[in-house]
Amino acid sequence: MYLFENPHPLWTTLVVLLMVTFAIWNIYKRVRSDLDKKMKQIIAVSMAAGTLSSLIYFNFIVIQFSPWYEPRYFIPIAGMIIGNSMTGVTLGVQTLTEGMKDQRQRVEAALMLGAAPKEASRKIVNQAFDNAILPTINSMVGTGIVFLPGMMTGQILAGVNPVTAIEYQIAILLGVTGAVSLTVILFVQNGYKVFFNEKSQLEEK
Amino acid sequence: MFTFKQVLYKDILNIDELHIDEKSITALIGESGTGKSTLLKLMNHLIACTDGTISYKGTPVEELDAVKLRRDAAMLSQTPVLFGETVRENLEAGLLFSEKTLPSEKEMIDAMQRYYLEKNLDDKADKLSGGEQQRLALARITLLDPEVFLLDEPTSALDDELEHDVMERFMAYAQDNEKTVIFVTHSQSIAEEFSDTIIDITPYSKKGRD
Repeated sequence: MYLFENPHPLWTTLVVLLMVTFAIWNIYKRVRSDLDKKMKQIIAVSMAAGTLSSLIYFNFIVIQFSPWYEPRYFIPIAGMIIGNSMTGVTLGVQTLTEGMKDQRQRVEAALMLGAAPKEASRKIVNQAFDNAILPTINSMVGTGIVFLPGMMTGQILAGVNPVTAIEYQIAILLGVTGAVSLTVILFVQNGYKVFFNEKSQLEEK
Repeated sequence: MFTFKQVLYKDILNIDELHIDEKSITALIGESGTGKSTLLKLMNHLIACTDGTISYKGTPVEELDAVKLRRDAAMLSQTPVLFGETVRENLEAGLLFSEKTLPSEKEMIDAMQRYYLEKNLDDKADKLSGGEQQRLALARITLLDPEVFLLDEPTSALDDELEHDVMERFMAYAQDNEKTVIFVTHSQSIAEEFSDTIIDITPYSKKGRD
């Protein structure tokens, strides 16, 4: 309550950073396989860079509410963007690490023929991206027909004009999809490199 | 072409000195587990030796761009690996990997027929038998046309007669095009018939020395 009644840039920023930190920590916990230090770094950097830059873009360029730190807007939007990105990256990490383990022989055979690491792991990287983005795409496709998102329903129940509520929801959905895509792309495009050394050899596990 | 000097790889290989000539055909023999595949992987720089120097054309492999070296000295793994669903995708894969221009349909069919593989380009590759997949993989690496072929038991899933015929076709291609070939085989007769030099790896391997 205090936070919402006394908007302050410092508090808003702090809460958002706390949310990102918790999301990163949660990804570490969720992923079944052991993550090495480098992989953890890539997860943290892509989560922070992906979600925060999307958040800034969405709030400052698309919605443009004022003051910019208004927690009434900033925090729920941050929550949706960070939460969905967290799910996406978790699935991406899972698919990438399992894929590199299960298809090690295939990756190695591609390297033998002169494939660069990026090319050798392309199939797994694409699979990781698809799996990571699937829940977000699904919810976007189903919205309005299969299920009604909480934010929109809440606004309608609170007496907001349904058209306005729907407009907001569409904007949020697009924002979330963009944010998740950006975060996941940052992750998969850097994450596969952890499995190779500078001599384009597979790291021994 | 390849020179090994005091090369040590974990406790598997210990090679004081070994030289493999350019444009020659070398067979690697020795019991299983002695490190034949490991030796090929060292030449392909898929793994790095623990100690010593392996040189390719006089330059230590560590100083070369690994990906470029592998495009020069391509390796075929022991178990054939499928890349993609169709025969066509599988034949194109090597060239896609090494960023070369894709072969024409005729070149692909010719490459398969060279190894007695009569398949359509749109056939499903996973429907092929183990021996057919091996020949598909051999056709793939032949289309790649590297300077050096590092082949790890390329015909192990074929019966003796077909193995002989496929090797004969491959070696004819290699000699016509002045390729360097280093291949691992379990068959003494194949090694004797097709290679200029036979290297028994047993003295270099820990398992062999024990």
